[in-house]
Amino acid sequence: MRDSMIDVAVIGGGPAGLAAAATCAEAGLTTYLIDEQASPGGQIYRAIADTPVADRAILGADYWRGEALVAAFQRSGAVHLASALAWDVTPDLEVAVSVGGGSRFLRARRVIIASGALERPMPVPGWTLPGVMTVGAGQILLKSSGAVPSGRVVLAGCGPLLYLLAAQYRRAGAEVALILDTTPAANFKRALRHLPEFLLAGSYLAKGAELLLSAQRSVEIVRGVDSIVAAGEGQLRSVRYNVRGQEREVSADLLLLHQGVVPNVNLSMAIGCAHDWDGEQLCWSPRLDAWSNATVGGVAIAGDGAGIGGAAAAAERGRIAALDAARHLGVLSEAQRDLRAAGPRAALRRAMRGRRFLDLLYAPAPSFRVPADNAVACRCEEVVARQIRDCVALGVPGPNQMKSFLRCGMGPCQGRLCGLTVTETIAAARGVAPGMVGHYRIRPPIKPITLGEIALLPKSEAAIKAVARG
Amino acid sequence: MGAFDVAIVGGGLVGTAVAYGLARQGARIAVLDEGDVAFRASRGNFGLVWVQSKGLGMPEYAAWTKASSDAWAGLRDALRDETGIDTAFARPGGFHVCLTDGEMERRREQNKRLHNQPDMVPYEVRFLDRKDALDLLPGLGPEVVGVSYCPLDGHANPLKLLRALHAALARRGAAYRSNTPVQRIERSGDAFALTTPAGTILSGKLILAAGLGNARLAPMVGMTAPVRPQRGQILVTERVAPFLKHPLVTVRQTDEGSVMIGDSLEEAGFDDRVGHAVVAMMADRAVKTFPALRGVRVVRTWGALRVMTPDGFPIYQQSAEHPGAFLVTCHSGVTLAAGHALNLAPHVAAGCLPDAAFAAFSARRFDVRAAA
Amino acid sequence: MFARLPDLKERAVVRLTVDGRAIEARAGESVAAALLLSGVLVVRTTPVSGAPRGPFCMMGVCFDCLVSIDGEPNRQACMVTVRDGMQVERMQGARKVDP
Repeated sequence: MRDSMIDVAVIGGGPAGLAAAATCAEAGLTTYLIDEQASPGGQIYRAIADTPVADRAILGADYWRGEALVAAFQRSGAVHLASALAWDVTPDLEVAVSVGGGSRFLRARRVIIASGALERPMPVPGWTLPGVMTVGAGQILLKSSGAVPSGRVVLAGCGPLLYLLAAQYRRAGAEVALILDTTPAANFKRALRHLPEFLLAGSYLAKGAELLLSAQRSVEIVRGVDSIVAAGEGQLRSVRYNVRGQEREVSADLLLLHQGVVPNVNLSMAIGCAHDWDGEQLCWSPRLDAWSNATVGGVAIAGDGAGIGGAAAAAERGRIAALDAARHLGVLSEAQRDLRAAGPRAALRRAMRGRRFLDLLYAPAPSFRVPADNAVACRCEEVVARQIRDCVALGVPGPNQMKSFLRCGMGPCQGRLCGLTVTETIAAARGVAPGMVGHYRIRPPIKPITLGEIALLPKSEAAIKAVARG
Repeated sequence: MGAFDVAIVGGGLVGTAVAYGLARQGARIAVLDEGDVAFRASRGNFGLVWVQSKGLGMPEYAAWTKASSDAWAGLRDALRDETGIDTAFARPGGFHVCLTDGEMERRREQNKRLHNQPDMVPYEVRFLDRKDALDLLPGLGPEVVGVSYCPLDGHANPLKLLRALHAALARRGAAYRSNTPVQRIERSGDAFALTTPAGTILSGKLILAAGLGNARLAPMVGMTAPVRPQRGQILVTERVAPFLKHPLVTVRQTDEGSVMIGDSLEEAGFDDRVGHAVVAMMADRAVKTFPALRGVRVVRTWGALRVMTPDGFPIYQQSAEHPGAFLVTCHSGVTLAAGHALNLAPHVAAGCLPDAAFAAFSARRFDVRAAA
Repeated sequence: MFARLPDLKERAVVRLTVDGRAIEARAGESVAAALLLSGVLVVRTTPVSGAPRGPFCMMGVCFDCLVSIDGEPNRQACMVTVRDGMQVERMQGARKVDP
């Protein structure tokens, strides 16, 4: 099937996507929301419509804010394509969508990518062992299945989500044995000049303090941890860590790692949008104009996929991008767009207040971003950091040559779990900035789909001539 | 930035293979390469070491190709001994699959014309119908009409080959400079002076192996390299347990288990993006060839630019105006790697490409055609 | 290593098998969650080194929870919702194709 023409395709069902789709549909545009998950909400509001967690206090008020977004989306008349993978967008804005093992093209007049965030890799030795997961994974299990860990649990890393999960576990009656905080002590000094702005954003402060105090009351917290090893044969048995020159080891059944979130840029990179290295958030972010339009015509990027701002900011950024799409499609004048965007822009400013303080305060330590020689960098192809450094010694300048030498980044995750590690490891080995090193060139499909599915895509006379030889 | 016996412009399969061959001759070498993102035909290579069907219109090319295929086991062993990297070269015999009677007929006709050429190097090519082909290639789909088979055909891992060549060069002390595109070439006494953003490099000899970049560089030393990009697209799947020993011209299983599916011939200028219709067509032929591949997942697709001359054959030439400057360009960097390292490099080191073997490959053949 | 909270909203029980062994899940859960909640931590061995792996990210990013579902290999267990009668098998190394 080809070319059902729609006005706007929104890709991703988190806060940015939900708000963008609702805004477009309310403006009278034919709008499709394409989302890989079975139910709306993205990861932050995961399972918001069908979580089995009955006690609302466990997940907290911030989580339940997602209900209003979903309700507005459902009222808006936007079409929801759930469990649907958007695996490419062509220059003509044909969105390749795979549903139930078959692909079709949705031809859109505008595309808004709201691909959200993923957790920054934390490549400590042993992180591939069963029993090591991410803090985000623990939270998804809680939201979608009401599941909490039953054994000895260690949380390790840095960033607000670490303490949020600890608090959610505590409210759910689950025990966390230990928190290993890897936040570098030097961060506070760097963050300090942004403290006044952060203090103005009172809600952050209150929330952060509450989370910390809550964790301190119930869990042992070790600060200043500067190395972590997940140990065990076949599965996790213990966690070894180093703090102020002292080696310690604790037994553990589950280790949950986290050191912040980064934009999920695989789709925006695959379709050729320009990206730049963000030296404060330490990640790639798409290059955007004031209305979130990317460098590829007709494509806007909203939410954490455009740079981390959190859920509240994401929804506003979705609305702003949607209003500009409506302007492009002629249902809003420029003046109407500007007028309607005033509210979301003010809300966005409020939501972003204090963000830089947080970014700098929770910037993960170099030693946890650029791993030890024996740590796996690429989980799919099991490439360790030493091999990457050996490649640099051969003169390899960047991730793409390195990838071809080592298969690093060639597995099914397509570089999502190793891309940043590889860029920063090469940059450190070469002694240049990550922005000079670059990122993998990502190619569609952005997630694997079957050969049979591709074989059924529409063909052209030119394609037949280009391929059928003999 | 230094003085060298030989400067090789281009760090892809062609440049590093010639460089490796020269390093084996004891030359002090610099390989000058572009950065991480460039039109790198070497990274897009399908990995065939292919003999059948090559050389229609230039029997010298058939002989040159076969000689490289014959030398490949030696290259594999040398690189493995020097670097520990196994390039996974194997020569189990390869197949070209035909999906219609028409394709089969054209294939036979083309093969007849190839082997009827005067001075054609003799080798065996067999045509098998579906039933006989099934004995060698279990799992062929019902739409396969027949195959051509050549026992000389093989394959290798192009990425491991590139890495092994780089590693071997490093071990032999060659200088490899990335992010060092050559902007200008001049004579400086007996030497060539190569201007780069990182400084000037002096070399006694100069090899232009810059792929599509040769078009710009060759005139600086009195030659022409009429090369154009020709896009080829490839799909690669997740790893699969070994099921296919033989390479097919459009389907092969790598030593790591992934299945590569090729390929297209497209005149798309310098656009190396992927086009769905072409990818769909390639996938369609692949599942018709092996229906069991239908459920295997494609992990990546890519487009790469072949380095094509007007007649599709390589150029090997020493500049008459600037002796010591050599032009090397081809679109079969894997098949010809052994030829470049073991057969071509010694002549370059000696400073002479003998007419008997190389006259046919000079780019002057295009001048003759243009004049005629 | 994971357990359901005691006071969850009621969800229908879904029965599936893992390598032939019967397990119970709740409607709406992902296969990966169902596996973890039945004590299955290792869901596959890698095609590269044969190392054991379990679910890691739970959001479709890492491809570590690959299992065979109703005969279809290399499905992301965290992205598939459980169904009654589903047959899940753990992956051992690279998938096979049967010519």
